[in-house]
Parts: sequence; C-alpha cells; structure tokens
Amino acid sequence: MNPVISIRNITKAFRKGLIAVDDVSLDVEEGEFITLLGPSGCGKSTMLRIIAGFEEADSGSIFLAGTDVTDFPPYRREVNMVFQDYALFPHMNVAQNVGYGLRVSGVPKDRIARKVEETLALVELADKADNRPSELSGGQRQRVSLARALARDPKVLLLDEPLSALDANLREAMQVELKHLHEKLGITFVMVTHDQTEALAMADRIVVMKDGKVSQCGTPADLYDKPANPYVARFIGTANFIDGKVMGADDRVVEVQAGAEKLRIARVDGSPASGDVRVCIRPEKLTLVANGVSPPAGENRLSGTVDEILYHGANARVRVAVDGQDPMLVDVQLKSASLRQQLPGIGSPATVCFSRSDAMLFGEDRDR
Amino acid sequence: MKLSTRNRLSAAGILSLPVLWTTVFLFIPYAIIFTYSFYQKQFPTFVPAFQFGNYALIFTDPQYVQVLLRTAKIALIVAACALFLAYPFTYFLVFKIKSPRVRLMLYMAVIVPLWVSYLLRAYTWKTILGSEGVLNSFLVMIGVLDQPSDIFLYNQFSMVVTLTYIFVPFMVMPIYTSMEKIPRNLIEASKDLGVGPFRTFLKVTLPLTTPGIVAGATFTYCLTFGDFIASFLVGGPDGLMVANVITSQFGAALNWPLGSALAIIMLIVVLTIISLSDRVERSGRLDLA
Repeated sequence: MNPVISIRNITKAFRKGLIAVDDVSLDVEEGEFITLLGPSGCGKSTMLRIIAGFEEADSGSIFLAGTDVTDFPPYRREVNMVFQDYALFPHMNVAQNVGYGLRVSGVPKDRIARKVEETLALVELADKADNRPSELSGGQRQRVSLARALARDPKVLLLDEPLSALDANLREAMQVELKHLHEKLGITFVMVTHDQTEALAMADRIVVMKDGKVSQCGTPADLYDKPANPYVARFIGTANFIDGKVMGADDRVVEVQAGAEKLRIARVDGSPASGDVRVCIRPEKLTLVANGVSPPAGENRLSGTVDEILYHGANARVRVAVDGQDPMLVDVQLKSASLRQQLPGIGSPATVCFSRSDAMLFGEDRDR
Repeated sequence: MKLSTRNRLSAAGILSLPVLWTTVFLFIPYAIIFTYSFYQKQFPTFVPAFQFGNYALIFTDPQYVQVLLRTAKIALIVAACALFLAYPFTYFLVFKIKSPRVRLMLYMAVIVPLWVSYLLRAYTWKTILGSEGVLNSFLVMIGVLDQPSDIFLYNQFSMVVTLTYIFVPFMVMPIYTSMEKIPRNLIEASKDLGVGPFRTFLKVTLPLTTPGIVAGATFTYCLTFGDFIASFLVGGPDGLMVANVITSQFGAALNWPLGSALAIIMLIVVLTIISLSDRVERSGRLDLA
C-alpha cells in the first residue's frame, strides 16, 4: 500500500540559524493515527505546519497520496488542520464556520447544508449550529474546529496539540472521542502533542522528536519496551538510570560495575559490550525489599535509603537514594492494607532489586 | 463611615473635576449656542427671541444648502481617499513586514506628523501645490508643463489633498489596531480550508477589520466636516465649508443667531454619524480572544 504522506529529507531552519526540522523522513500509512511527540521546540509543530503548507521547507519534499505537494500552497493541499486554539472565525456562526471551506469550493447550497448537519451531528453539536463561537465552551469550540476540518473530507487530518487547552477531565474524554472518531472515519490522523500519556493512549504509531530529528518511531508498546535511547526511555514513561562501566560480557550477560555494585544485565542485539554504559529500568520493574528481608536470589540489587513516598491510591512511588547514583523511583503495588503497612518508612534503609532481563543497556554514545 | 459611603465619596471626588470642566467648557457653551440659534437678527446686532427663522433660512436658502452639501461631499471624498491610502498601507505594515522594529518605524512615520502644528502642515501644501511651488517647478523641469499652472491650488482638489494628508493618521490608527488583533491562524485556517488569498481577504480579513474602517471613516469624516483652516489656506471660491460660514457669521457678518443655528446643525450631523458608527461597531464587536 502506498503511504498517504511521504516526508523525504525535510529540513527547515529559521532565521538566526535555529534548525527546527533536521532531515526528517517519514511515511504515514493510510488510515493510521500517528503522533509527533516531543518537548516544545523539538520541531514537531513546524513539521506539521510544513505538511499543511504554512511553512516552506528549506529542502526535501512532501508527497500526499503520491503527488509532490512541496510547492503547493495550503489551499491546494487535501489536508485539514485542527488548530491548537481552534482558530474559529468569530464573525460566523457554528454552521457557517463548518461550511466555510465548502461554500468557497462551489458545493451546491443544499449539499453544504446537509454536510454541515452531518458533521455537526458527528461531533454532537447539532443543536449549536446557530451559535457564535464566543458563546461556546472550550470543549465545544474544539469540536467545531474538528467538524470544520472534517467537513471537507480531507485525506489527512492534522491536529496541532488539539487537547492542550482543555482541562484534565475533558481532555481524557476527548482523547477517547478522537480515537473513536478515527476508527469510525478511517482517515489518517497526524497529531502533534507534548503529552506522552496522550500519545500512548491514542496513537497507532508515535514519532518521538528531539532537536528537529526523529529520535525513534514505533508503536507505543515498542517505544515503551524497547526505547532506542535514554531520551526516548525518559520521554515515554518514567525511567531510572544507573551509570556504570562494562567489566565483561558473554553471549547472554553483560557485567556492569556501578559504584560498589556489580550488575548483570541480559545481553540483546545492539547491547554495548564495552565502555561506559547506562542501565535503564522502569519503576514498575523494580522491587523494594525492606532491610532484614532477604532479596530474591539471582537478582541485581542496589541498597539505599527511602527518602520520599508518593501515594497514588492503588500504588505508591517510592524514591530511594542510592550512593553515587541518581535516586531510583520504585512503583510498589498496594493491593492490601498489610502491604501498605509493610512499606519501609522514610529514612529507613532498603534494597532495590531487579531481574537482569528487565533492564536495558545503552552505550555512552546514545542520545541522552 | 460605611465602606460603600466611602467608595461613593471617593468616586465623586475623582469625578468632580472632569464633570466641572465639561460642564463649564462644553455643556454651558453648547447651551448658549443652542439658545442663540433661536434669537433674531436685528441690525446692527440681534435680540433674544424664540423662533425658527434661522433654521428655516438655512434649509431654504440654496446658498446654505449648497455649503452643507459641499461640506458633506468633501468630507466623504476625504474619508474615501484616506481609506484607500491607509488600508493597503496598514495591510502591508501588519501582514507583510516581518520585523517589528521596521513596522514600528513605519507606523511612527505616519503618526509623528500629528505632533506638528496643523497650520504648518496645511501650509506645507500651499508651498507644494502653488504656482511657484515644488510640484509646478518639477513639472516644468521635466517638461510636462511649459509654464507653472495654477490649477493645483485654491480649489476643492487642493482641499481634499490637504485634508486627506492631515487626517490620514486617524484612519491608519484604528485600522492598524483592528488588523493587528486578527489572530494569524484565522488566515491560515481559511487557506487550510481551501480558500485562496483573495477570497480569504474578502471573507476573513475585511470583515474583521470593518470596525477599524468604520472608526477611521468616522474620525476623518467628522474632522473634515468641521474643518475651516484647509479652506482658509488652500481652498478657493468653491471651497467654502460650513465651518467657514459659521466663523464669518460670528465675525464680519455679525449674525450670531444664524451662526449658532449652523453650528447646531453641524453638531447634529456629527453626532448622528458618531452614534451610527458606534452602533455598527457594537453590532460587529467580536470576541477575538
């Protein structure tokens, strides 16, 4: 199947030499929900604006459904954008906003009316057709903006941080709704966000960007379980890092000296087998063992002191200060009140354990 | 003392001076003029009366009707000229100039002349348009004219040029404000929805700058309507404005009642236009945030 969007070596620098997008290539398949994820300034929004045609790339090309649209103005591209702050026309009512793109392209009046009605029903705003945008709530404006973009039956829907202006509850509801809408319509969604939970919850595929480059691209599970570098590991979910030096390696295990401790990490394809390394491990893969209790046999262990406990209801995140390393975050399941009582108190010594196959190993040269 | 009483007292304290000022220097003079407008002329001066003769005279004597119409016409032309100069300029300033410093400098270039005396600026056009003026010298030099012409000065053309020049900042300012307030992404959204630049201008930019246009047109129209200096300096026999007639009624003609009646009519015209434009602006007021 041909990709609906092909991005080929796009580079864009702004004045003052700031490189916003640095040689990005990417294929988006038809019907995919893809998310560009990264902190502010990583070039994700610029990339989206280049796809929409608002920014011109310095080099590289963009294909939409096989057509080279690199030099097309925005009004000749079959993509539509949902803007971050909605960008609704304040001098038009909701129906006029939604029908705007159709009116101008010479669609007959009765067909516009039908399409507007249909699209507004899709976003559950049929009763607001005659309202001005200023009379709507943030969530409703968001839906109008969505309806306006969808009314033109675009090949690709671009969403620029569409949920960032909404409050937390509404944001979660809209995440589900957008996902359902995507499944129902079957068109390609390209969304920009800085919110990793949003990306994990919604996207089929996530493109993690850093400094204008694609850091890693894959399914949410891929990115979480097999991050390509510490940067991705930290950006998707939470990660603990232990700095160390490789002391020896065989086919199955890499031995890492981290301070006084010797850690044994499972060796996988691409594991560094020498030099300085970072061991990366997720908080939920760590076990916390109070002093006096013997840790599970054969596991790596680091001893330290509990210095903070944050309760999240069903679980708690415990921060353990470890000599010579960054503090380790450990997620502890609290399935019963007795487990809660067993949690070591703040200031008490504790041991952090993990199995060799749960840790990931990154070489020093990898993107941090 | 109760807090509400205290608040009321301090509000009264703050307002008292401006209220006093406007009463003494605005409302009372208007009331006097209004009263005078019903007085009767009786050679050599005038006597108190209550009659509508002055108003009747203005609307029946073609001379006055003509002056009123001419003033309205010139004000309209000046407003239109100012709009056609100011709108493209401001559009260029807001949408095409990327550097904020250059934009500010060009904007100031329009505004700064307001700090120069009105009289001086009107006088400048005399030296530009006159038969010994810059324009004539230039046209003779490049050979368009054999000898200096006097067609440029002392007519309605020179008045329109001068008044447009003087009042164009009042058109630029409100249009600039309304244009600057348009979120850039509205224009992007329009293009994103398949609408080309020209129709985007007609459907988005123009409607959203209408309040600025209305305000600017109101300023320039009303200022021109009450102007008498341009006519005095660069106007000819056919350049007489209502305000000139009023000045002469209070001066040489010594017919204060007629002058007052004319002033009241002028006031009504201006107030009508201001309240109309206010209504238009209110109905079009939009939440751009």
